[in-house]
Amino acid sequence: MTLLKDDTISEIRDGKRVIVKKPELLAPAGNLEKLKIAVHYGADAVFIGGQEFGLRSNAGNFSIDEMREGVEFANKYGARIYVTTNIFAHNDNMDGLDEYLKALEGAGVAGIIVADPLIIETCKIVAPKLEIHLSTQQSLSNWKAVQYWKEEGLERVVLARETSAEEIKLMKEKVDIEIESFVHGAMCIAYSGRCVLSNHMTARDSNRGGCCQSCRWDYDLYAVEDGEEKPLFEEGNEAFAMSPKDLKLIESIPKIIDLGIDSLKVEGRMKSIHYIATVVSVYRKVIDAYCADPDNFKIKLEWLEELDKCANRETASSFFEGQPGYEQQMFGEHGKQTKFDFVGMVLDYNEETQMVTLQQRNYFKPGDEVEFFGPEIENFKVVIDEVWDEDGQALDAARHPLQIVRFKCAEKLYPMNMMRKEMR
Amino acid sequence: MTKPELLVTPQSLSHIKALIEAGADAFLIGEQQFGLRLAGEFTIEEVREATAIIHNAGKKVYVAMNAIFHNDRVDALAPYMKALSEIGVDGIVFGDPSVIIARREADVNIPLHWNPETIATNWFQANYWGKRGATRAVLARELSMDEIVEIKENAEIEIEVQVHGMTCMFQSKRPLLGHYFLYEGKAMEVENRKNNRNMFLHDPERNSKYPIYEDLNGTHIFSPNDMCIIDELDELFEAEIDVFKIEGVLHTEEYVVAVTECYRKAIDAYTESPDAYFDIKEELLAKIEEIQPELRPLDTGFFFKETVY
Repeated sequence: MTLLKDDTISEIRDGKRVIVKKPELLAPAGNLEKLKIAVHYGADAVFIGGQEFGLRSNAGNFSIDEMREGVEFANKYGARIYVTTNIFAHNDNMDGLDEYLKALEGAGVAGIIVADPLIIETCKIVAPKLEIHLSTQQSLSNWKAVQYWKEEGLERVVLARETSAEEIKLMKEKVDIEIESFVHGAMCIAYSGRCVLSNHMTARDSNRGGCCQSCRWDYDLYAVEDGEEKPLFEEGNEAFAMSPKDLKLIESIPKIIDLGIDSLKVEGRMKSIHYIATVVSVYRKVIDAYCADPDNFKIKLEWLEELDKCANRETASSFFEGQPGYEQQMFGEHGKQTKFDFVGMVLDYNEETQMVTLQQRNYFKPGDEVEFFGPEIENFKVVIDEVWDEDGQALDAARHPLQIVRFKCAEKLYPMNMMRKEMR
Repeated sequence: MTKPELLVTPQSLSHIKALIEAGADAFLIGEQQFGLRLAGEFTIEEVREATAIIHNAGKKVYVAMNAIFHNDRVDALAPYMKALSEIGVDGIVFGDPSVIIARREADVNIPLHWNPETIATNWFQANYWGKRGATRAVLARELSMDEIVEIKENAEIEIEVQVHGMTCMFQSKRPLLGHYFLYEGKAMEVENRKNNRNMFLHDPERNSKYPIYEDLNGTHIFSPNDMCIIDELDELFEAEIDVFKIEGVLHTEEYVVAVTECYRKAIDAYTESPDAYFDIKEELLAKIEEIQPELRPLDTGFFFKETVY
């Protein structure tokens, strides 16, 4: 491996500068369907959770067989699969680790995302083909700690979400190791791994996947003065809240790529396929456009609008541009409704008859205006005309989840394209 | 049996003297630039003075370097360690591996105590950091008695367990109190309350009160209860846990002295005979209950509480 200092981010080809060090776009997936969508919509790599040793015990997690199928699917696109094994183990979590890591290696997984040295050291011995990526749970915030993990033989580190562009720059200059950094999604307001609110408030262990997001609850702030409890809020004030806005670095992508960050991570294994498809496709477009022509790159309004279609919280740049202020937190609100509903996924399109076969994912009816999007097409809107069920019966509405329906659409569609509808 | 070391967190030089009288064996001091949630602030000069007092009494002194460091502070680590080495402190407490790199750069041999708080959850990790220079592991406070005993059975380095006081349950890099005041348009409060450690969050659903304050390292939120296991120490004695820690952050000096006296008596009694300890433990608990501040209920932490996930 060469030192980054000698690494070239860009070079001149045919008189035009292009980015040659294109970063990986890394997406989350809570199940096999989400994995396939993430890969199909342009992720270079996908991180998933297994049934053991991972956080997010509520996320749909993968069996070894499902992982194998996911890896085979991803391989067709040249994409890689990483598995989160990022708990901090207690003594009784140690059993079965060897077999589990061997099974991941056997399933063709490219690497694991891990925080506990127990799992790091075990993996080196029993599953040496797996890459080891240090999880953000280790709160990695300075270049000397990065140096430490480099010396321990790790391929990649995921930084603490509290690191800024300036800080990452120095880490890249000082240490030759792959850096993975969050670009989009929900944030912990605490240093990850250093929060046990759930343990105290609900007897659920946050560092073994039991986090119940107590940080997003409302509290009242008091001071004790002369032995008296004095409220520090008045009539009309909002409650004390610690909810951070979600991270969104779409507009910082050029800067991120110029820093030489190796992997751009989207958070959200619990999120829907509509969310994953939307976020991945927009980041895909921005990364590709910048890398193809960095000197003339300009972010398009339509990309920003597209990304907003799946947002369910306000967004902010968090620590990337320096210490975030109070306006990057949410007080008195707990998210907002998304503006769009995901209403169907295209299964088939017949060019001769212009007939779409679609799997219903949410209520829609003839006369609704819908929007299609997908990696093969430019977004377009149509008004739905007649809708039929599988037996050719006309429907007054597509009511049933996963129902197969047909209708006509003049523009060409492809399997796995998605249909969404604006909420009124 | 070897007596467990009784480790305390003093707030001042005079407090150190009172705690020596009360029977403490070891002292954890430092400053917020390097250490987390310390009971008192000790500049390097004060560390020098404290060390003289503590060593003169035949006791040990450790210095906290367990902050989560960002780039802006890592260059200061090696010079600080050199200064501590020259003063002759008995150990450095760390969580961030940058301290291991800095110790190599400083070329000093001060023993390291591994204390990353919430994430020190199994014996493999203790031994892993042991191979990298740690002589002691400070266990997460979210472990059960059984887990602690099993870690000790398998550990190749000393094991330290907190037996009394508040625990931190949350650290954010953001100044959350300041942000709340700014959001409510109370800019004056940000300055006024900046160094105050008298605030708490009330959780109406659980009727719990969580102390909260800000410092150089961000915002810290603490447990609603003080852990106290003065009457449940026998399993820790039997397991031969090496260090009992009394955490004194956010308590008065007098309170910490009184609590230290109680644990001193418990340790001395058990060393005489387990029965001697059983005879006095209820009395010791009653003594602590008597001085316990009204706002801080006592409980037994996670020693006998099960967590799920």
